[in-house]
Amino acid sequence: MRMDLIQPFINSADAVLAQGLESPISIENLSMEEEAYRRKGVAAEVCLTGEIEGRIIFDVDLGTALQLASRLAGVEVSETDEELVSEAVCELANQIIGNSVTTLNDQGFHFRVHPPTLHTSEQGSKSSEDTEALVMCFKTSSGNVFMNVALRYYRRQALGHAAVAG
Amino acid sequence: MEKFAPVKRSEDGQPVRYLIVDDSVFARKNLARMVETFGGQVIGEAGNGVSAISEYERLTPDIVLMDITMPQMEGIEAAEKIVRDHPSARIVMVSSVGYQENIVAALQRGARHFVQKPVKPEVLYEVIKYVMRDDGTAARGAGAGA
Repeated sequence: MRMDLIQPFINSADAVLAQGLESPISIENLSMEEEAYRRKGVAAEVCLTGEIEGRIIFDVDLGTALQLASRLAGVEVSETDEELVSEAVCELANQIIGNSVTTLNDQGFHFRVHPPTLHTSEQGSKSSEDTEALVMCFKTSSGNVFMNVALRYYRRQALGHAAVAG
Repeated sequence: MEKFAPVKRSEDGQPVRYLIVDDSVFARKNLARMVETFGGQVIGEAGNGVSAISEYERLTPDIVLMDITMPQMEGIEAAEKIVRDHPSARIVMVSSVGYQENIVAALQRGARHFVQKPVKPEVLYEVIKYVMRDDGTAARGAGAGA
């Protein structure tokens, strides 16, 4: 996988999580995933289409999701506020991925980002030769945050397809 | 959350009235809390561009805070349609996707400003004051975090 496509996601996760949680973040682990993706808890998925295609899954266990939601909402969020917890995870994913997309677009990659959706299935598709999945684990004060990035770059062709604003 | 010197409408001294448009309920709640610390009043919310247009017609808010990436109709298209019918509409785009082309497209279609998520309250506060300009007043000498 091209690291120039991945680096913006790492930088953005670092910046957005550190700002939202007001505490330092560290990358705990970074690995290529060959097996099918298995959901860890509350997960949001964002799809990209265009010169870069694929999906990013932002995944946290329930305890971490509750802590993140409480921290970001500024009020105690309990397990019964299921919708608010999922919304918080989706919004965090949206911010991290949106910021990465901003960097990539400003670097000249043109693609469209779709609104985040809750990823509910236990398992996702296996990565393939041309769509490898990279899993990043960020250690935060609220728990571990996982980001599973599976992207494919389509060499820009002279098709004249306009950049689509996300 | 930090408190700011209230921004009021200069014509009648009433709170600035906001319409918040975002497909995320969580984001809408957070923005609502934020504008309340600016002394603002949230008079409506919408979850996509189509509802944003109808809510604008119904409520005529002083300021619209509009997300970009939304289902059904995206924020830039909704902003364009609102401004076409209401040229004085004050629309501030609030999105995590802040690349140059997007910002330019939003401004060309009538948005007044752009704020990137995650939103820093002090940044949004300054943008609100700027967008309200002569139509809004903040307590004298007030600034972010005052």
